[in-house]
Amino acid sequence: MVDTRPFLPVSSHAGSDPTGPSENRRKPMKLQLSIFFVLLTVGFFAALLTSNNGSDNGFVKENEHGSLASPSSEKQLRPVSRGPAVGVSEKSNRLFAKDNENQLAYPWNNSMLSWQRTAFHFQPEKNWMNDPNGPLFYKGWYHFFYQYNPHAAVWGDIVWGHAVSKDLIHWLHLPLAMVADQWYDKNGVWTGSATILPDGKVVMLYTGSTTENVQVQNLAYPADHSDPLLINWVKYSGNPVLVPPPGILDKDFRDPTTAWLTSEGKWRITIGSKINKTGIALVYDTKDFINYELLDGILHAVPGTGMWECVDFFPVSKTEENGLDTSVNGPSVKHVVKASLDDDRHDYYSIGTYHEKNGTWIPDEPKIDVGIGLRYDYGIYYAAKTFYDQNKNRRVLWGWIGESDSEAADMQKGWASVQSIPRTILFDKKTGTHLLQWPVEEIESLRLKSYEFNQVKVQAGSVVPLDVGPATQLDIIAEFEIDNEALEKTTGSNVTFSCSSSGGTVERGALGPFGLLVLADDSLSEQTPVYFYIAKGSDGKLKTFFCNDQSRSSVASDVNKQIYGNLVPVLEGEKLSLRVLVDHSIVESFAQGGRTVITSRVYPTKAIYGAAKLFLFNNATEASVSASLRIWQMNSAFIRPYPNDKESQ
Amino acid sequence: MKNLIVIIFAFLVCQANAFRPILLLGNQNLIERTCKQTPFYDLCIWSLKSNPESRDASVKKLAQIMVDSLKTKATETLDLIDELLQDGLALDPEMQKALTSCAERYNVIIRGDVPEINEALKTGDYKFAAKGANDAAIEANSCEIEFPTKSPLTDMNKVVHDVSVVAASIVKIIQTKFSF
Repeated sequence: MVDTRPFLPVSSHAGSDPTGPSENRRKPMKLQLSIFFVLLTVGFFAALLTSNNGSDNGFVKENEHGSLASPSSEKQLRPVSRGPAVGVSEKSNRLFAKDNENQLAYPWNNSMLSWQRTAFHFQPEKNWMNDPNGPLFYKGWYHFFYQYNPHAAVWGDIVWGHAVSKDLIHWLHLPLAMVADQWYDKNGVWTGSATILPDGKVVMLYTGSTTENVQVQNLAYPADHSDPLLINWVKYSGNPVLVPPPGILDKDFRDPTTAWLTSEGKWRITIGSKINKTGIALVYDTKDFINYELLDGILHAVPGTGMWECVDFFPVSKTEENGLDTSVNGPSVKHVVKASLDDDRHDYYSIGTYHEKNGTWIPDEPKIDVGIGLRYDYGIYYAAKTFYDQNKNRRVLWGWIGESDSEAADMQKGWASVQSIPRTILFDKKTGTHLLQWPVEEIESLRLKSYEFNQVKVQAGSVVPLDVGPATQLDIIAEFEIDNEALEKTTGSNVTFSCSSSGGTVERGALGPFGLLVLADDSLSEQTPVYFYIAKGSDGKLKTFFCNDQSRSSVASDVNKQIYGNLVPVLEGEKLSLRVLVDHSIVESFAQGGRTVITSRVYPTKAIYGAAKLFLFNNATEASVSASLRIWQMNSAFIRPYPNDKESQ
Repeated sequence: MKNLIVIIFAFLVCQANAFRPILLLGNQNLIERTCKQTPFYDLCIWSLKSNPESRDASVKKLAQIMVDSLKTKATETLDLIDELLQDGLALDPEMQKALTSCAERYNVIIRGDVPEINEALKTGDYKFAAKGANDAAIEANSCEIEFPTKSPLTDMNKVVHDVSVVAASIVKIIQTKFSF
């Protein structure tokens, strides 16, 4: 009954109108209503159709890349953190915990906060720092660049800071090397690496975040190659030299590596990325650092690992105790691929073989492939990068150590983050699967007074104070021997142990935990244990774990209280050995010569200044241990601006 | 005839209402699926749906909407704290101390965490978005436990905490499940 002639004029007398004048008034309304219905119907159907198209696009995308609706089908590669899913923030702080009397809400005063600043670890004078960039040795100086926020103690507005040192320990701050002054790095002058050419010149490749937030690679070089301090840098006028290739998204393309030579005499670099959830490393060849060819294949990929940031690729000698230039290859050489996983903020490495012809790499042990196996450091440690130090023929590793306190504290104290002490990297010949990291020997120049303790017996369930004077700047080398009888007598069990899911040092086993309590006050109300835990399997085999327990490191409630650590291989005939660097709010611990390393940030409120002490402890139930130690007081490195340099950072 | 027209009209209007859920279903589904991956589903749904920009939004935009909500809630809480502090005569010293340090924490959320999250979302370095969101939750929590007895901010602290956690969860979805 609806009139479907929408375009008849409302008050026409021209059309047939048999109903006469009395119906004239109803006809216009009928027409209006008809038009209205038709338009309404058409409109609704049109909207229905177009909305389906729009939503289809969204659905297709999700289904391709992993359905949102079936989290149960996600394969868990590692234990899920006790994160937001259980109402606990990533820092594992308890929500609204008022019942625990030991929790102090906001104890931070300036005295506590200023104590946190380190004495001999690299950090700028103030504000935020993250990734190490472009480390190199040039004309007598070690250079260090870093991601820096000139404006605040949180990440943002990133530019390149710069410092130099003669010995990797005593650093002098220089002016900012690069700032965000081009369209291709306006939204961030991000991480990059240096390559030293055969003629001694330096080129730097780095990632820029453009004005459109696309990640691109840029070339920069020193303005004056005869300046040993490399103060001024020039960006290549034709930047960017690389943009995301087809199939790679705008925000998944960053952190180019140092280049190495191929057998064809070209330079080769790798850049981390991802495809869906598979972390990958792209490979490019270049002759001039300006024009690049993307290799058909990729260096390597590991499904499920997500975005690979700060990829590093380098050779290690299977036989010699020295480092190798990045271009070295040969039968007695293995290659390491390392990636920083954006998903879990940890650095992973794997040892394998590099196939030069097609630019691929295969891990020796696929079970401990990149991202699913070994980590450089089981604590707070990220974005690490190595360089070949041609001065001393060694490969040196830098790593960014963030804060694990609240940003409120960071903003109050005016700074955030430090770098680890640079570490030498060597292939561990004894295990064949691990790398060994060790603080560079130059750190020993900071050693002052030393204390020696021989065969100190620590009974099961006891604590022994070590009188070393002030205990906030220490270099500790220790060896532990565990009571053999207890090792043999103890019955094994099938219970699996892990540092992070254990109860920390209050969880007593037959053969552990035992080790050191650093940054502990006399009453042990605050303490940071660095320790071993030996677990005996039901097959009688021993497994040694190396852990760092932050759960009682501070009575403050807004700091990380997790327990870090991992298995450490201990070979037949080896004693348990430990080295610990204590430097105010950072503790770096090395087990078995650097086979397993843990770095943590510690923020005590009481165990600071003269109140911080050092103890041996043994909380095992059955075994006694004996410990021999050498402990040094450590001097400050007096890190400061380069003399006569008016600009401070 | 007129009655018939009226009936048909009414019928079409009902049909229109029946169509509406389908019209919005496309993006509603994305919002629901996203919120299911967060520990505070209802809060997530409410925060996103009450913002008209969520209608055709990508997951990344949903994260940004959540961060805007965080900023709004944090600013409201800070305003309340300032009001309470101005009522100085009625406050005991412990309450005053707690409120002052809460004000500092909320300043950090608004001037430190939120800009950090926004820059990270914009440039694609998502781990810093997660860091800022997680920190906001810590700051809200830390404020709440300042008060030795009854906190005047419990409800608001809880909202800010929960919104931060939801934001962090959405960032995690972007990082681990999506390509952008």
